[in-house]
Amino acid sequence: MSIRSNAILEVDALERRFDVSAPWLNRMIERKPRRTLRAVDGVDFVIQRGQTLALVGESGCGKSTIAKLVTGLHPPSGGNIRFHGDRDRLQMIFQDPFASLNPRWRVGRIIAEPLRTLRPDTPMDQVSARVDELLRIVGLVATDGSKFPHEFSGGQRQRISIARALAGDPEFLVCDEPTSALDVSVQAQVLNLMKKLQKDMGLTYLFISHDLSVVRHMADVIAVMYLGRIVEIQPTADLFSNPLHPYTRLLLETIPDLEVPNRDRNPMGGEVPSPVSPPSGCSFHPRCPLAFERCKHERPQRRADVHNRRVACFAAGQS
Amino acid sequence: MNDIVLDVRNLRVEFPTRRGVLTAVDDISLQIRRGEILGVVGESGAGKSMTGMSILGLLEPPGRIAAGSIHLSGDRIDNLDDRAMQSVRGRRIGAIFQDPLTSLNPLFRIGDQLTETILLHTRLTKAQARERAMDLMREVGIPAVEERIDNYPHQFSGGMRQRIVIALALCAEPELIVADEPTTALDVSIQAQITALLKRLCRERGTAVMLVTHDMGVIAETADRVAVMYAGRLAEVGRVDDVVRRPQHPYTAGLMGSIPSLRKDVAELRMIPGSMPRLDAIPAGCAFNPRCTHSGPRCHQEIPRIGVEQSGAACWLQTQGDVA
Repeated sequence: MSIRSNAILEVDALERRFDVSAPWLNRMIERKPRRTLRAVDGVDFVIQRGQTLALVGESGCGKSTIAKLVTGLHPPSGGNIRFHGDRDRLQMIFQDPFASLNPRWRVGRIIAEPLRTLRPDTPMDQVSARVDELLRIVGLVATDGSKFPHEFSGGQRQRISIARALAGDPEFLVCDEPTSALDVSVQAQVLNLMKKLQKDMGLTYLFISHDLSVVRHMADVIAVMYLGRIVEIQPTADLFSNPLHPYTRLLLETIPDLEVPNRDRNPMGGEVPSPVSPPSGCSFHPRCPLAFERCKHERPQRRADVHNRRVACFAAGQS
Repeated sequence: MNDIVLDVRNLRVEFPTRRGVLTAVDDISLQIRRGEILGVVGESGAGKSMTGMSILGLLEPPGRIAAGSIHLSGDRIDNLDDRAMQSVRGRRIGAIFQDPLTSLNPLFRIGDQLTETILLHTRLTKAQARERAMDLMREVGIPAVEERIDNYPHQFSGGMRQRIVIALALCAEPELIVADEPTTALDVSIQAQITALLKRLCRERGTAVMLVTHDMGVIAETADRVAVMYAGRLAEVGRVDDVVRRPQHPYTAGLMGSIPSLRKDVAELRMIPGSMPRLDAIPAGCAFNPRCTHSGPRCHQEIPRIGVEQSGAACWLQTQGDVA
């Protein structure tokens, strides 16, 4: 436990299955079996206190489901999540700043809600002083508290979401695509704010994104997901300088690079298969340029003797 | 100069509202040549989609073209009636939108939709049209065409649907394709497949492409030239390499600096303070002046413009050459 002594979150063999079967009557008439979708299929990772771990992957890879499992919005189907901290001090920031703020509440009330729920005996004047302070911390002004969410732009609304998350004095924030609904210039404002808050308050982030350049800027450790599994997990600098999994390499090769405009490249072939019927063995093998016979039958695990548990790939283990 | 396919001059799009007339597109001039991809980039509300829609003749009323002209290979198309415009659209201009499902009818087989469009715009027989539909599907990279031609749209994945929409846009061999956020709904690995396809088609067929997107990465990958829009106006026009590497306009420079790099480590991303003005509150002079760190007295009074057929930035500082 000595290495893990500073861990705030430990996730072990985490699984989440969803029943996506047709209704009972249809199953009986059409003789169709039950169908399960394995959204998260045996995931483990550890987050150290004060660090940012990013989950990155394409749609349907299970990254948002993990956010919901960690925050307790979904119960896991298997495995366990150990949080070495105060559960009340775990908060979440959502992707859509239009859907996640109650349009009928004034901003002050929205931000005060976690305070009133977690510490109901706080006197009114202290609550409003705290709301004013939070508004200032996220770069808004105290008078904004009396306005409604629709009076703000997307970036300002995301600042309000952050202020609300900070109201409960959190130590751990789960951020599910916090900037993907925002324009790039506004995204930069929100990312800078999140980095500053992390430094000032010692926050830990579980940061979920599909954007590798955002993740590179924000994360200390990056976990690349494919069809419900972590295929590679590495410190950020190592992942970009020495990607180990063929999927990560293809992903890095595929994303547009502003430093090299008008590059002609070979895009990755194929598509992400359906998580309801994933390919056998390594689920990436139909798209993988390095795949060989073993990959079709056996599922690769992250092993201590292969790059120190950083990659789940038979081909990476050979080189 | 006769290889100019699209020639937009001083285009102005207005929306009359109860609170006054809003100008969504303000004096935009653009040219696209044969086989060229012009990227039109900007943040939400910059007027990039409005520009695309006015070229397609699909502005929603009360929006209207208030000034300027649009020529397609020398023919003026902005003053055509709905019927004439409908024939130009489809035959001479193809359209690709963000969500492929809005362009495809869910109740008809893919093959029938392609064949119908081909029959509408050419003089082929039904059997020939089906043959041609299969050729198009092959050309846009759909595997097992013989089996898939009789599938319905819902049987295809998002990336495959967008390929079919591209095939649909190509049916009549248009001179120009207007693609509005064609890759935004797709994952990065699929996005790269679609941009590579667009590039190849443009190169092989000599089609002119107007690629409207918010994603500077997609533009950098795909386009030959780029037009950066801000608050309904052109901020900067130029070759992609120049604009991406040496942005002239302070807005473009800020935009490029605010995108996290894949190569360099920066402690803090460059920020543009504030946000783009609403259409009813565009400041006098340069629309960017309240957010600009370089603005001088002239910026508050006169609107800087880029001349027709010119490249460069719409910025008063350019004349002094001191933009960081």
